[in-house]
This record gives sequence, C-alpha cells and structure tokens, in this order.
Amino acid sequence: MIAPLSAPPSAPSRADLPPEADLPAEAVERTSRLIRQHGSRSDALIEVLHQVQELYGYLPPGALAQVARELKLPLAQVFGVASFYHLFRLGAPTAHRCAVCLGTACFVKGGGELAARLERRLGLRLDDAAGNGTWALEHVSCLGACGQAPVLVVDGHLEPRLPVDDPAALDALLGALGLSANDASDAGTDARADGSGTGAR
Amino acid sequence: MSVHTLTVDGEEVAVPAGATLLDAVRAAGAELPTLCHLDGLTPVGACRLCLVELEGSGKLQPACATAAGEGMAVLTQTPQLQAYRRMAVELFFAEGTHVCAFCVANGNCELQDVAVAVGMDHSRFPYQYPQRRVDASHPHFAIDHHRCILCTRCVRVCDEIEGAHVWDVANRGRECTIITGLDEPWGEVQACTSCGKCVDACPTGAIFRKDDTTAEKQTHRERPQLLRDAREKHQWQNQ
Amino acid sequence: MQLRCCGASGCRSAGAEALRTALLSARDQLGGAAEAVSIKSVGCLRLCGRGPLVALDRPEPSGAEPACRTELYAELRPEQAADLLARATGRGDALAAQRLDSDHPFFALQKSVVLEGCGVVDPESIDDALSHGTYAQLRRVLLDVSPEQVREQVKRSGLRGRGGAGYPTGLKWDTVALQPPGPRYVVCNADEGDPGAFMDRSVLESDPHRLIEGLAIAAYAVGADQGFVYVRAEYPLAVERLRLALRQARSKGLLGAGIAGSGFHLRLEVRVGAGAYVCGEETALLASIQGQRGTPRPRPPFPAQAGLWGAPTLINNVETLASIPVILRQGGDWYAAIGTEGSKGTKVFALSGAVQRTGLVEVPMGTTLRTVVQTIGGGVPGGEGPDGGVKAVQTGGPSGGCIPAHLLDTPVDYESLRALGSMMGSGGLVVMGDSTSMPEVARHFMRFSVNESCGKCVPCRAGTVQLAQMLDRFVERRASLVDLERLEELCRMVGATSLCGLGQAAPNPVLSTLRYFRQEYQAACRDPVQCEPLDACLLKEGTR
Ligand SMILES: Cc1cc2nc3c(=O)[nH]c(=O)nc-3n(C[C@H](O)[C@H](O)[C@H](O)COP(=O)(O)O)c2cc1C
Ligand code: SF4
Ligand code: SF4
Ligand code: SF4
Ligand code: FES
Ligand code: FES
Ligand code: FES
Repeated sequence: MIAPLSAPPSAPSRADLPPEADLPAEAVERTSRLIRQHGSRSDALIEVLHQVQELYGYLPPGALAQVARELKLPLAQVFGVASFYHLFRLGAPTAHRCAVCLGTACFVKGGGELAARLERRLGLRLDDAAGNGTWALEHVSCLGACGQAPVLVVDGHLEPRLPVDDPAALDALLGALGLSANDASDAGTDARADGSGTGAR
Repeated sequence: MSVHTLTVDGEEVAVPAGATLLDAVRAAGAELPTLCHLDGLTPVGACRLCLVELEGSGKLQPACATAAGEGMAVLTQTPQLQAYRRMAVELFFAEGTHVCAFCVANGNCELQDVAVAVGMDHSRFPYQYPQRRVDASHPHFAIDHHRCILCTRCVRVCDEIEGAHVWDVANRGRECTIITGLDEPWGEVQACTSCGKCVDACPTGAIFRKDDTTAEKQTHRERPQLLRDAREKHQWQNQ
Repeated sequence: MQLRCCGASGCRSAGAEALRTALLSARDQLGGAAEAVSIKSVGCLRLCGRGPLVALDRPEPSGAEPACRTELYAELRPEQAADLLARATGRGDALAAQRLDSDHPFFALQKSVVLEGCGVVDPESIDDALSHGTYAQLRRVLLDVSPEQVREQVKRSGLRGRGGAGYPTGLKWDTVALQPPGPRYVVCNADEGDPGAFMDRSVLESDPHRLIEGLAIAAYAVGADQGFVYVRAEYPLAVERLRLALRQARSKGLLGAGIAGSGFHLRLEVRVGAGAYVCGEETALLASIQGQRGTPRPRPPFPAQAGLWGAPTLINNVETLASIPVILRQGGDWYAAIGTEGSKGTKVFALSGAVQRTGLVEVPMGTTLRTVVQTIGGGVPGGEGPDGGVKAVQTGGPSGGCIPAHLLDTPVDYESLRALGSMMGSGGLVVMGDSTSMPEVARHFMRFSVNESCGKCVPCRAGTVQLAQMLDRFVERRASLVDLERLEELCRMVGATSLCGLGQAAPNPVLSTLRYFRQEYQAACRDPVQCEPLDACLLKEGTR
C-alpha cells in the first residue's frame, strides 16, 4: 500500500481573500442588520448565508466569521454548512457563469454533448470554479425545465431547447449568447475531447 | 428502572430501558466491530460496521444508534453481515491512503484492528490515492488527512466534552474533509485549548502527537465516558 | 372572452413574459371589441414542451352547451398577439396551425384532481383562488370538523405519500397526532430534486394557495401551530409565488392567529434550500431547516416521533398535501374510488426525454405506462414499431429504474413498479429511445449519486465512487467478467448498508439495467466471446 509520490495539495491560501477588517463597512453593517432581522437565531444560518452571498457575490471568510460571531456559532460549524451546499460559493466568482443541465431529461436529449461542446468552445473545464477567467461552467442536475430539454442557464437566464442536433445553429446561438472564449488561441483545444467527466459519449 | 429483555444470537439478555443494541450485544458477551462509535459521545451510525440484523424483518440497523426494545431478536454474525463488513473495511482502506508500516498508530489503530477482525488483508476495490493535506501547524499535534476515516469522533469529543467545537466536517460526499475553524491551519484556531481529547478519540493515526513516531501513538479511548460520567453523574474517577 | 396565458417556468423560459406584454399592448392598441378580452396569467397548461401556451375561452352563443369553448394555442410568438386577439373577438383564424386539438388523448385522458386549479387560477391572486373555492375546506373543517374526523377522511381516501415511499398519509397523521402532548410541527417537502421531475414545481408555481390550504388542514389535524415549506433554491419563481401567497393568506386572516374566526393558530414560513438533493430525505431536510448540514440520521426515531427541535413533526410532499382539499370536499370514499386496490387516487407525472409531447400528466393510478408514454406522450419522435421506438422508461429518478419497452403494459402503481425493480418515486417519467446506451444511463445516475452523497456513511460515500468507476469501464468497453460480478456484489452491499434512502437506492438504476439489459453490459466486456459462456456457468453455480 504505497502511495504514488506527489506533492500534497497546499493548504488553501486565504491571504488573497479579504479578512473581515477589509470588507466594506457598509456590507458589514448590512450583514449585522439582516442577522438581527432573523432574530439572531442560529437556525436561520442558511437564510443568512443566502443573503450574505447576495451582498458580496460569494461568501468571503471575513463575512463567515462575522456571521459565526453574530449568530453565536462555532467557526467550523459555519464553514461546514457553507461548504456543504453547492449553491454557496467560497471564492469570488468569474464575471460570467453558465450552468449546463445534466439531469436525466437533458442527458437523454444531449446535455452531455452540449457540456463537452461548451468546454471546448470556452477552453475550460466543467465544474472548475476558476473557469477560463471570464466564464465558469458548472453542471446542475435538473432545473425542473425538463420539458424544454436540453437547457442552459447563462448568467441566471434559462435558455431552453438547445439545438444539439444542428451544430451550426447551436454555434450561432451560443455565439449570440456571448459564450465565446476570451482568448481565441485556447478555443478548440480540449485535452478531454472524449468528453469524459461530462456524461458525454 | 424498567428493563428490556431481548435476544442476541439466540442468547437472552436484559438491559435497562434507554440502552442501545450495542449495549445489549456487549451484555450478551458478543463481539461487534465499531469505528464511529465511542462511549460517551452521541452516536451517529456512520461507519455501518456495527450493523445487526433484526430477525423476522431482516432489516439491518446500526447497533450503536438503535434503542434496544422489548422482545427484539438480533443477529450479529450472519454470513451476509460478515461479507458487508469486510467490504466496508475495504472501502475505508481504498478511499484513504494507509501505509501502516510508517504510521504512528501502527499496532494501536482501530481501523487496523477491524481489518484483522473481519479478515481483510487487501482491498478488491482500487485504491484512490486521494490528494489530501497534512496540517502540522499546531505546536503539539498534527493531522494527516490521508488516514482520516471521517468518523467524526474528533468533532464530537471537541464539541460535546471539551466544549470548544474546533472541528467540523466540510464539503460533502467524497470531498468531505475534517476542518479546524474556518478551514484554517489548526495552529491558528484560537478556540483550540490544546487539550488533546481529539488525539485520544481518533481511532486511527490521523490525529497524533508530534512527539510520537512510528507505532508510538497511545490513546485513552475511555476518557470521554469518564468525563461525561463525572460531569453528569458526579462519578469521579477516584470513586 | 378570456385568454389564459401560462406563466409557469416552462413557458416563461420559452418567452411567455414577452408574449403577455405583447398581448396587453395589442389589446390597448386594438381597442374596441378587444377591450372585452381579459388576459389572465395562470399556471401550467400541461404541454410544457410546446410553450408558450395560451388557452382561449370563448363563450358560445347563448343557450349552447357547453357554454364556453376552449382552444389552446402553442408556441406563440409576441408578434402573433394581434392575431390571437382577433381570434378571441371572432375575427379571423390566422393561428389555426398552432391550435392544439383539445380532444387529443394528451388532454382527454387526463383527470385533474391535484392539478384542478393549475392553469385555471391566477397563482398570484388570492381573490381568484378564493373565487375558485380555495380555502373553503379549511374554513369548513376549522369550524365544523374535528381533527379526528379529518384524519378519518384522509385514512378512508387511501392516500399514500407522493414523495416516493408511498407511506399511508392518514397513518402518518395519526402517529403525529397521538404523540404525548407538546409542540408539533408540519413540514411540506418541496425539495423536488429527482432529475426529470417537475410536478411539485408546477403546483407551487400554478396553485400555491391549494398547497397552503392542504398544509393548514394537516396542521389542524395533527395539532401543530407552526410549519415550514422547504423549497429548493433552484426554483426561484416557486419561492417567489409561495412567499407572495403566504403574505396574502396572512392578510386575509387565513394564516396566523385565530384563523377564519376559529381558535386555531398557524405560523408558516418558507425555507429555501441551497443545492443539496439529499435534503429531500426527511431527516436531512429537518437538519437543513434547523440551519445545519443536510446529513441524514438513522431512524428510528422517526420524524413523526422526534423531528424539528425534538418535537413530533409531520412531513409530507407537495402533491400529497395538495390532494387534501379535494379529498375533504368530495369525501375520502370519492377519492378511494379512483385508482387501484393498493394505490388510490391520481398521480401527476412529469413526462420528458425522448417523447413527442412533454409536459405534465395527471392520470388515475393504475393507468398503464403504455397509455402514458405512447397514447398520451406520442412515443419517441419518429419512432417506429409496436413500442413507438421506446427502449425504456425511467421512473423514480436516481432511486428508480429503467423499465424496458416490453413491460410497457404495466399499470403504474406503487407495488407494480417496485416489483419491476423500479419505483414510483416522485413522478418523473423519462423516455429513452433506441439509441440510448444502458450502461451509460446507469453511470449517469451513479455520477449523480456520487455528487449528491452527503458523505456521512462509508457505503454511499466511497461505494458510489467505486461503482461509478466500474461503470466507466463498461461504458468505455474495457470491463471484464470480474467487474460484472463485483459490480453486483457492491451494489447489494451499498443498497443494504447505507444509512439513508439515497445510498440505499443508488444501486437501483444499475440493478434494473442489469436485469433487463444485461447483454449490453456483457457486450461491453473486453472479450465478449469469452465472457458470455463463463457468465452462464457462474449463473448455474449460483442456482446450485
Ligand atoms: C434521497 C432522497 C430524496 C428525497 N427527495 C424527496 C423530494 O424531493 N420530495 C419529496 O417530497 N420527498 C422526497 N423524499 C422522500 C422523503 O424523505 C419523504 O419520504 C417524503 O417527503 C414524505 O412525504 P410523503 O409521505 O407525502 O410522501 C426523498 C427521499 C430520499 C431518501
Ligand atoms: S491509520 Fe491505521 S490503518 Fe491507517 S495507516 Fe495508520 S495504522 Fe494503518
Ligand atoms: S481525524 Fe480521526 S477522529 Fe477525526 S474524523 Fe478523522 S479518523 Fe475520525
Ligand atoms: S446513504 Fe449517502 S446520503 Fe445517505 S447518509 Fe449515507 S452518505 Fe449520506
Ligand atoms: S433534466 Fe434538465 S431540466 Fe430537468
Ligand atoms: S459503530 Fe455503529 S455505525 Fe459506526
Ligand atoms: S409551463 Fe406552460 S404549459 Fe407547463
């Protein structure tokens, strides 16, 4: 039982994320206010995290520390909850985000191919939060819009019935949605052209 | 105090109301492997090693987290249970990275003991060799996540007995990991009192004293129960 | 004359908002007769796959029966607003090609019970809901019917939980009601996470007041004065409409203290999830409502005994609760007359995948899969043969299984589906055509379970990862006979030993595809020639 030699991943570097002291005073004040609106009850943690994420676009460590203090919860518990739920983001998001549905109905209608195509087109990997610097692509498992399968969510807007069977129309549509790699040189180079990791054949 | 009578592998036992099936199994003198359970901590029923079969319904229930009831009949060693336990141990070994020969807990590790008890010498499932962290930032202790089996005994002992709640579980599924504070280096977490209870509670070589080298880890797994009895029943160790 | 415009998510994503705006401005521009056309926003009109949909109600000349004729138009574009208004006012018929045949089995075979108000009432108006009779049953039971009598009607109805497991609802209510005195809670499980399911979403978006009424009646029947509706965050419109509906109900005195002049109090709150399928599991749901990680815990104790903050808690699915007002209005016996021996009433299905007509289908329990998939759904587009090109139907989401085309004559009820190694689940029906590879489908679901496992117990946390990797080998056609054996063995272990329903059911899609499409797995073995005979002897050994 010998592990292959490889460098262990380094502990997350939090130096580049703002500590609480550096958070905008107004946001800190609003966080306090919304916590008070919830009666400072610890069972409101998830609701509070939703609202804090709306404020910052993600959950900065300083804000998590503030939430923990004001809801009288241990730091580790707050982090445990924030990291459990996939809709909470612990790092700053990219400027644009796209979600591709890989639920069953979308899967049957070619959601996997769509994901693979987007990976190639944008030069990024599915579910890598850093994306290509501008775009990040994540998967979702059913948005309840299965009647419109396959679907995409582009910056919060649902795009129904993507024409996966018609590559030209699909490309035109994706282009019109602004889904293009920021750096043309890395478009079309996909190490995983077999689509592994996306449910595609 | 009211008493429940039940049978364990055909053996009749009586346990006080409020006892678990694990208490009953022990009272009957039967052996049952456990990993996530530690006397004195709230049971979670996570490792699934202590599953027993309820005769009649055929349902499997974790003995550590199921209340003993009047007239229950439990089986602890059916061939099926043995096969499942062995597979569970294989899954534990395959999901982390365990090199016993170089481990502080070698010879004093509950995972190792369970592997011996269920007769597992290799995993039929491919080893995953996950990329995990080692955190040695604490002045006295360290944690090697490769050996962590996510039993959450450290989390519970720190929260329920020490009252510091330094630890918790972050992420989910296969990404689950034990964290300190806001996923900070352990040494930087102010809440840690350096009491060492997590070291004692950890069933494997994941959390250890920095002074200890290979096969030197000593543990005191009885302590949570002693502390709890002292606190709740005023039963002190000198009595 | 009335235009009912579907404003639920499906049609919204297809442009329903723009269409409605266009209709409103076209009406203003046209003036005259068009002014008499009322334009109403309603919920789902069923055929979601062809949205945006609009229903046109035209009164017939006096004395005719029925007094009103309804026409349905599909795939409308904003620029067609004037044409539609023209049709409404009896001038022109430019949209004939987009008119749907209301006598088509898709509509004709449906029986609306839960969806009675869906597509009829305006989900954002409590006055409209009241005028359609919503809250009448709540008022009636609060004033005239004892909690025991309410529970008696629910027991008589034979209603079983629509969240998946099919536990008899009346019995569950009794269990909660008969716990020792003390606080109690009611919870509506609106976490609908099975991929391919959108029934609960449609109820929330189309008729939220019916759900609130059902939940309030449940609270009265079990003696709870506080409740929660837990909705998944992926359903923003449902959350918005539910919150609005709760505000409206409070302002009308239908929630809060002394409801409708009775001594009954009820506080209801919405709790929004944050992207975790496992929170649909009831103990995980409770943890999440309390602001914790959504990890399940062993049962017993069941939530009915010890739930939120340790108090007895009733948890029911959206569709279960939305059936309650009708049951009380028509009586338990009326409801029990619909459906089959063991599965009473109607069931709402979300039909999607490789099928001509996708949308919401409510039919009596016991309707065959063939009726739903072929007669109602129209089979696979361009599909041929007796089974209309259908290869399999997936029911029950990641906990269910794939039912092969030759078993399409199975009636849909809890027991029949379970006997086939699938389950009712919440009601998603995903149709798969001939080109779908079954090991790939199995891997799809296993990856879902890997992603959604909470990580608490080892069989599910580590077992699903191993299973997904084994399935990779089949999909990539590099598996061996040993893999097939190990796959089944590990499936059994994960199913038998996992802590909660997610892990316990995670192997179902593999086991059911192995059961009906084993040859596809065998063909994926590296040397199929060698594989099959060997496999045959193994089977013989197993039966010896
Ligand atoms: C992994 C998992 C996911 C579930 N998801 C849902 C869900 O999304 N909606 C739901 O109503 N029930 C879901 N259930 C079932 C619930 O645990 C519970 O049985 C149900 O809400 C009870 O309501 P009912 O009796 O009205 O069906 C799920 C169960 C499991 C194990
Ligand atoms: S923790 Fe136990 S099983 Fe793991 S390497 Fe150390 S001694 Fe071996
Ligand atoms: S560090 Fe030790 S005690 Fe803590 S979860 Fe891991 S194995 Fe268990
Ligand atoms: S079966 Fe899976 S989801 Fe359920 S408790 Fe275990 S790890 Fe969590
Ligand atoms: S499967 Fe994609 S929206 Fe349901
Ligand atoms: S010891 Fe009982 S489940 Fe782990
Ligand atoms: S969403 Fe409009 S018809 Fe279903």
